[in-house]
Order: sequence, then C-alpha cells, then structure tokens
Amino acid sequence: MSDSTLADRSASAQETPRRARVSHGTLEPSRGGAASSPDTPEGPISTANTAQGEPASTPVRRPGDRVFRGAAVGSGAFIVVLIAAIGLFLLLQAVPALRANQVGFLTSGVWNTTDPNGLQFGILYLLWVTVATSVLALALAMPVSLGIALFLTHYAPRRLARPFAYVVDLLAAVPSIIFGLWGIKVLGPTLVPVAEWLSRNLGFVPLFAPGNVSIGGAGNVFTAGVVLAVMILPVITAVSREVFERTPKEHIEGALALGATKWEMVRTTVIPFGKAGYVSASMLGLGRALGETVALYLILSGTNAAPKLSFFDGGATIASKIALGSGEFNNELTAGAYIAAGLVLFALTFAVNALARTIVAGRKGSA
Amino acid sequence: MAKRIDIKDVNIYYGKFHAVDSVTLSVPPRSVTAFIGPSGCGKSTVLRSLNRMHEVTPGARVEGQVLLDGEDIYAANVDPVEVRRTIGMVFQRPNPFPTMSIRDNVVAGLRLAGVKNRKRLDEVCERSLRGANLWEEVKDRLDKPGGGLSGGQQQRLCIARAIAVQPDVLLMDEPCSALDPISTLAIEDLITELKQDYTIVIVTHNMQQAARVSDQTAFFNLAGVGQPGRLVEVDDTEKIFSNPSQKATEDYISGRFG
Amino acid sequence: MTTATTDLHRPATGPAFQGIGAGRKIKNAVATTLVALAFLVAVVPLVWVLWSVVQKGLQPILSADWWTHSLYGLRPYDDRGGAYHAIYGTVVQALSTALLSVPVGVMVGVYLVEYGAGTRLARFTTFMVDILTGVPSIVSGLFVYALWISILGFGRSGFAVSLSLLLLMIPVVIRTTEEMLRIVPNELREASYALGVPKWKTIVKIVLPTAMSGIVTGVMLGLARVMGETAPALIVGAYASSINLNVFDGNQANLPLLMNDQFANPETAGFNRTWGAAMSLVLIIMLFNLLATVISRLSAIKK
Repeated sequence: MSDSTLADRSASAQETPRRARVSHGTLEPSRGGAASSPDTPEGPISTANTAQGEPASTPVRRPGDRVFRGAAVGSGAFIVVLIAAIGLFLLLQAVPALRANQVGFLTSGVWNTTDPNGLQFGILYLLWVTVATSVLALALAMPVSLGIALFLTHYAPRRLARPFAYVVDLLAAVPSIIFGLWGIKVLGPTLVPVAEWLSRNLGFVPLFAPGNVSIGGAGNVFTAGVVLAVMILPVITAVSREVFERTPKEHIEGALALGATKWEMVRTTVIPFGKAGYVSASMLGLGRALGETVALYLILSGTNAAPKLSFFDGGATIASKIALGSGEFNNELTAGAYIAAGLVLFALTFAVNALARTIVAGRKGSA
Repeated sequence: MAKRIDIKDVNIYYGKFHAVDSVTLSVPPRSVTAFIGPSGCGKSTVLRSLNRMHEVTPGARVEGQVLLDGEDIYAANVDPVEVRRTIGMVFQRPNPFPTMSIRDNVVAGLRLAGVKNRKRLDEVCERSLRGANLWEEVKDRLDKPGGGLSGGQQQRLCIARAIAVQPDVLLMDEPCSALDPISTLAIEDLITELKQDYTIVIVTHNMQQAARVSDQTAFFNLAGVGQPGRLVEVDDTEKIFSNPSQKATEDYISGRFG
Repeated sequence: MTTATTDLHRPATGPAFQGIGAGRKIKNAVATTLVALAFLVAVVPLVWVLWSVVQKGLQPILSADWWTHSLYGLRPYDDRGGAYHAIYGTVVQALSTALLSVPVGVMVGVYLVEYGAGTRLARFTTFMVDILTGVPSIVSGLFVYALWISILGFGRSGFAVSLSLLLLMIPVVIRTTEEMLRIVPNELREASYALGVPKWKTIVKIVLPTAMSGIVTGVMLGLARVMGETAPALIVGAYASSINLNVFDGNQANLPLLMNDQFANPETAGFNRTWGAAMSLVLIIMLFNLLATVISRLSAIKK
C-alpha cells in the first residue's frame, strides 16, 4: 500500500461534497411501495424517482426486460379479465332467453325448452337436487376426511404417510365419468337394499320417504350423494392435511408433556389449530360437489315430477341438466336457457369458493 | 482492467430503516480491501451497494455516490446490468447453477450475454478455471454438473464464473464462511493471486483472514441497537491490526466485544 | 379378610408411574381406530372402482383392433372395432390444451413470483386463480360455447373441447409454476445478476430451467386430470364414430364421449365398448401420472 493511496483517501474524505443527496430507487419501485408508508422522511419509495423530479424512466430498463415484464403482467391481468369474461358472456347469452321465459326462473320447476317460442324454464327443482346431493355428500365426506387427514398427519407411520396420501390423491385422478359409471352400474344396485331398509324403517322422516322415482332404480339423490362424497374426499383431505401438518411442534409437545394421550393431544392442539382450514377445505369440497356434472348425469334418473324433498328423489342437478340438454344447443334461445342455469351455478360456486379462500387467507394472516 | 472505487457519503435504507450511515472510503485498484465488523453492522449491505445488488431486495435504497474510476454507478443513465458486468460478485454460499455442467457454469455470463463462438468459450473456460486454481481438478469432467464438486471447489467454480466475464472489480461476501479450513486456505491463496489483476473487496467475519489477505481494512460498527451501521475507521491492514486509531477498533480486534 | 392380606403385601412406595384412567385409554383407542378406519373408507371405493373397471374393461382392450380401429360403420350390436378414434382424440385434445395453457400459465406464475410479489394486482390475480380453480367444468364448456361457438360462429370441434379444458388447465399450470419458482433459491438469481445478466434473461435461462422438471411434472398431472373431463365435451364437442385426424374441424371423438355414446347402447357390444373405454382412459391417465413421477425424479431442485 503506497503513501499516495493513503493521501488519496484522506483527501477524498475531506472533499466529500456536501451536495444534495441523490436517491436511487429500487429496480422494482412497485414492490417497495407495498412495504413503505407515506410518512417516510424521503417520501414513499414507490415515488422516489418522480419525487426527485426525474423522468419516470430513470431506472434504465432494457427492451428485453420491458417486453418480458409486460408479457408477465399482461398474463396476470388476463386471468382477471378471463373471470370477468366468463360472467359477462354467460350473462349476454342468458338475457334473451330469460326475457322470453314464460315462467319464473327461480320460482318454477318446469323445464320445457324444445320450443324456442314457448320457453318455460325454472331451476327450482334443479336447485333442490343440487343442494340435496351436495349437502349429503358433504355430510358424509366431512367426518371421513377429517379422520383421513388426522390419520395421515399424526397417526400413520412416517414412512407410510406419503404413499398413503398418494393413494387418497389417486381418488382425485379417477375421471368423473368413471365414477358415474361405477355409481349407477356397480355401487347403486349394492346400495338399493340399504335404501329400501332406510325407507322402510325411517320412512316417517320426510327425507327418507319414497321420492319421485323408484328406489329400486338407484338413480336417486342417495346414490348420487354417496358417489359425490367419494369424489370430494380427496379435495377436503388434501387441504386439511396441509393445515394439520402446520400445527406448531411446541403446542404438540406441550400437550404431550402434560401427560395427554394422543387423542387428547390431537383434540386440544391439532384440531383447534386446523379448524378454520378444515372448514374452508370443506367449502372447497362443497364447491366441487355443486359443480360436478357427468357422474350425476349418469346416475340420476330423469323425471319431470316435482321432488318430494326426499333422498330418494331423482331428477337432475343444475350441472347435469345442462349436460342432458347438450343435444338441444341448436338455437340461441334454448341454449340461453341452459346458459342462464349455468350462470346461477357459476355464481353459486364463485360465492362458495370465495368464502372458502377468504377463510383460509384470514387464517394465514393470523397464524 | 482493475479500477478504483470511491464511495462518497453513502447512506443505505431498507424501507424506513436507516441501515448504513454516511460511508466514505476509497478502494485503490489492484489491492484487497477487507470489510470487518460485528454481525448486522452493514458491511455486506455496503458491499452489495457497490454493484447495485441491493436493488434485488425490495425496498432497499441507496443515497450518495459510488464512483468507478470517477464515474457514478448510480447516475441516471447507467444500466445496473452493465454495472454488474463490470463489478463481479462471489457469494457467501457457493451457488453454481444446478442445471448446468461445470463448463456451462463458467461461461454462463458470456453465453447469456450472447457469445456463441465455441472456441472462444472454451478458451475463456480454461483460462478462468486456471485463474481460479481449479483447472487441474476438473479438466476431465467439464461436462459433469457443477453441484457434484466439493464445497471449496464449488466456491472456486463460482470465482471462475465471476472472472470469466472479465470484471474490473471483484466483490466477495464472506466467501469462505461455508468452507472448511483447507478450502479456505486455497481461496485465500487465490485472492492473493487475483489481486494482480483485479480490485478486490472482501467482507469477512474472520479477522485472521482479513489480516492475511488484505492491504487495507475497514472496520464497521453499530452505534447502538436500532441505530444505523457506520464506518469506524479505514486504514492499512497492518496499522489497523497493530495500532488502530479508534478505541472501538482496538476492542473489536483484541476480542473484547463482537 | 382378603383386603387386609393384600394391604400387607402392597409395596411401601407407590407405582413408578401414575396410571391414567381407563376412560381416557378407551377414548384414545377408539379415536385411533376411527381415524384408521376413515382411511380404509377412502381405500375401499378406490379399489372397488378400479377393480370394476379392470374386471369389465380388460377383455375388450386386449383385442388388437381396439387400439387400431374405430367404430366406423359398425352397428350397435357388432362386438368388433376399437377406440382408436377416441384415443387419438383424447391425446390430441389434451396436447393442444397443454400447448395453449403452458405459455399462459407459466407467464402468470412468473408474474406472481418474479414481478408482482406483494402488489395489489398480484393479490387479486391470486384470488382469481383460486376462483378459476373452482369453476365447474360444465361452466367452462358453456363459456366456450357462448364465446367461441355462439358469438364467434365457429363449429363444434376437438379444438373447442381443448379450449374449454384450457380454462381448467390454466390454474393448475399457474399453481405448479408458482410453487416451483418459489423453491428456486434466491442465490441463483443473485449469482446471475452479479454476472451482469438482465432480469428477463435470468428468469428465462436460469430460473425457469431450474424449475422446469417440476413444472413439467405438474403439467402432466394436470393433463391426466383434464383429459377425463366429459362435461365440456358434451357441450362444445361432438362424438364421431370414425377417425377424424383434424382437431380444428368437424366432430372428433374422445374417450369420455365414446363412453357417453355407448352408455346408451344396451347391447353387449355397448357394455364392452363403455368399459373398454373406461379402462383405456384409466391406463392413459396412469401413464401420464407415471411419466410425471419419472420426470420429478430427475428434478434439479432438491426440496
């Protein structure tokens, strides 16, 4: 090290110009913007460049960066536009049909769309079957999923937990048309004696009274609900499992150190911690059940009779009705009637999913 | 090739937090400057501001000037990408690109800058690996993935990768902290050799290392909890370690704190 | 005086451990049993469904014609022919879905991780991706019908089916890309920036290749899932019993449509064709899952 550098150093230290400080924003002004608050002495970071009176293009950006960034941001915005477009175009197609409708869309159960000049369509009956199958499926799947999720996260031997979880995930990989085929041809006939027994012994409860189709045909809400329950099991399990896995280790060890049995530990730490996640997982399952189409389209026996609010009713859900009507999509008005029903389904699942996600997000924020 | 760096009145902020207070110092060309000091005193932050790497951290912001041979790297018309091509960096943990072979790792910088000439790339690859004292160890397995090397070899691979783009300055952020003593020695030897061609700034926690490899040492410290880090003193390494002018430096070096 | 005798023989100190009540033990045992049973309850239908498919569908697919011929010109009771037309349609429609969904999905993932992190648009986009995940497949079919067929005036085709599957596939690709990009160590990005590589090139040449095998795995799994979708195909596709190689024009079969068509056929041939198609579909889905597993084994990122 020579003397000159030393001299250099002291010189430069003394001569440090006391001029106005120049501020240099980050590459990503928008990122910083979220973290900063407006009462920063130098002003919010997001406006650091403009605050200095410099042109907005101050951070040098290469053309490649600009193009790629634009494409990325554009794709993100595209998703938002896509959702809006789904709602918008369904609405556009539904309105003419709704105008031509001769009965109340929400208050009638009639569905007669073959004559475009005398459109009569109402979703009342469809709504009942949709809700009944979904709620039955949820009631059956919720406890079982809870059990599976707990089993996979806290009971199964560690080495087997992963392959076991894979087995449950496989259920989600089976196409719904195969579930439908199995449901009506294999499971349904097996369930008929159970259904008959229920109807004989619990028939005084309206839900188990004979419905508007014969019990022997198996094409009723009961069979459909059981098949749907199997289909939404993996959905509810997957999300619940994730939440249960995140139970803080200290809570678990704390409970065990107090002499809790495994079940007491699970009941006092894992379940309270994961409750919100489990509820929202169930909502996601409900959303899936409401929108399920082809399995129910194959299982449910069609009928025009009014439902008797029984588990042994047949008919169609909103989704399966649309699938049944796919052959009629030959004029705007008839198609519009089905699209109007689809719009209701879209709104319904949107609401259920949004609610589920909000619960999860709220949980993440507080955890 | 090697250029000098003048840091003038640099303040660094993370959002509202004032991380580093008014640092002024000069780094002469073809020399090694070591930054030492306790954890959290801002020495790595200052280092990262020298090639604008701090801009990767959301909310980080620099005020003041950093001059490379008299040119402000923060001037409005300067492209941070060009700054980084001129001022290379080696990180704390070796980070070879996992998808690339040893050869591709070394020439990654050139290839991504558009150099396609195979012969030239091979030349640069050999020269850089020789420069990083790694050639003899890997010349028979240039097509193997870089992740298969030992930690010390990976770090030298990262040095080779940094010098392949022929920077003027080499910044090293605790390059030996993840390595065993033998690998550390190899890197230190390499730093001494690289000094012939490059201006080197190294952040280290290891004071013996600073004493062994550097010509000039800068000591950073915190004024207190929640206070910004600041430069306490900078001087010839020999002087800092034998007769520092500040009491805080002496306390730190003699192990009385930090 | 039995009690007195036992008292005499009792040790002077208590037992080493305080016992827990029988009630608590029983509760614990019951809970353990129930939880394990719940898992079995999930396994039963899986095995049952797969067994039904194999039992009824294995024999039809063992004929060589099944993989090489269509059902063109055959009457409902002719127990001959094959599902080549539908297998071809399923694979081609899935591939065009992949071709369209991967660029969009990957770019959205890149936006969410590399550019948008923390911004309001990114949070909103994430929410919308969640919503898109929950859109029922029949609604996506209706949307494509409303826009592509009704308003833009295109006909039903294999491509229209691909478009409706696209809506189901995009959120899968986005989720996977997001997850994979997040586990690419930041050090790699920094190493690249420090070499003077611009951000977009760092993403294209360093970050995406590192995450690639993970993304491909996710895409394969997603494809395996959407290719079994029937509902949108009922609305925007149309079954054809003959081979149509052109995905853009005319009726093109796929396996779900074949099943749906033959489900209504009461002859033995119909039974065989339906279950044979189910078996083929399960096989193709398994193949895609298997490929996904193989690719993820080659993954560059070790979790």
